[in-house]
Amino acid sequence: MSGVETVPMWLSIPIALFVIVGSTLTLIGAWGFLRLSSFYDRLHAPTLATSWGTGGVALASALLASWVQDRPIVHELVICFAVTATVPVTLMLLARASLHRDRMENAAHVPPELLLTRPRPEKPSEVAPSSSEK
Amino acid sequence: MIGRLLPHPLLVLVLAGMWMVLTRFSLGNLLLGMGIAIFAGWAMHALQPERVPMRSLRVMPRLVGTLFVDIIRSNVMVARLLLTEGRGRRTSAFLLIPVKLRSPTGLAVLAIILTATPGTAWVEYVSETGTLVLHVFHGAESAHYLHVVNNVYGPMLQEIFE
Repeated sequence: MSGVETVPMWLSIPIALFVIVGSTLTLIGAWGFLRLSSFYDRLHAPTLATSWGTGGVALASALLASWVQDRPIVHELVICFAVTATVPVTLMLLARASLHRDRMENAAHVPPELLLTRPRPEKPSEVAPSSSEK
Repeated sequence: MIGRLLPHPLLVLVLAGMWMVLTRFSLGNLLLGMGIAIFAGWAMHALQPERVPMRSLRVMPRLVGTLFVDIIRSNVMVARLLLTEGRGRRTSAFLLIPVKLRSPTGLAVLAIILTATPGTAWVEYVSETGTLVLHVFHGAESAHYLHVVNNVYGPMLQEIFE
C-alpha cells in the first residue's frame, strides 16, 4: 500500500546507505556523549547527530518519499535547516553557563586568560543608549 | 513605500518559497504563502529595526560548498577520534581567536558554521576586544581552526555582511 516495495534497487542502495551513515553517526555521538569525561568535550559529541546524523536520515527520507509520491519532496531539507540553525543556541547557552561557573570557581582546567574578569568600563555611569531608542 | 510594505523582501521570498515547497505549487498556496510571509516580514521588522545588509551574495555558493566539505570531513574526524578514544592521544583545547568580523549577523552565521562542524564548539565572543573563544575537540588541530576562522570563513562573511 505504501509503495515502498516498488523502490528499485538503484535507489534503495543510496537510501539504505544514507540511513546507515546517519544512524551510525548518531550512535557514535551518543556513545561519545556517555563516555567523555569533561563537560566541554561532551559538547562536541552530539554535533555528530545534529549534522550528518540528521542529514543522512533526512536525505534518505527525502529520496524515499520523492519516489513513493512521485514528486520531489524536500520537507526534510527544512528540518535540516531548522536543526542546524537552532543547535548553536543550545550549545552556546550550555558552554557559557559552564564557563561562568568555572570563572566563579577559578577552575584549574580552564586556561588562566579565560578566567580573568573583564575590565570594567572607565565611566560606568555613561550607559550606551540602546539601539531601539533612535 | 515598498520599503514600508516589505521591510525584509528576501525573508518574504524565502518564506513564501518554503510554504510552497511544504504544501503544493498552486495559485491558492502562492497567495496564502505570500500573505503569511509578508506578515512575518512585518513581525521581523517590529523585532529588529535595522535591516540586515547583504552586500554581496557572490561568495555564497563558495561558502556553502566549503562548509559542506568541512562538515563531512570533521564528522569523519570526530567519529574516528571518539571510536579510538582509549589510545589517549587526544587532548582538547581552548582557542582564543581575534576575529575581524564585527557584524552581529555575520557572527551569528559564523556560530552556526562552527557548531554545525563537529570538533569546534563556540564558548563565547568578547565584543569589546573582538575575541572569539572556541573549544576544539582535537587540540592538535588548533592551527587549522585558526586558519579556517581567520582566512576562510571570516573574509567570506565579511564580504557578505560588511
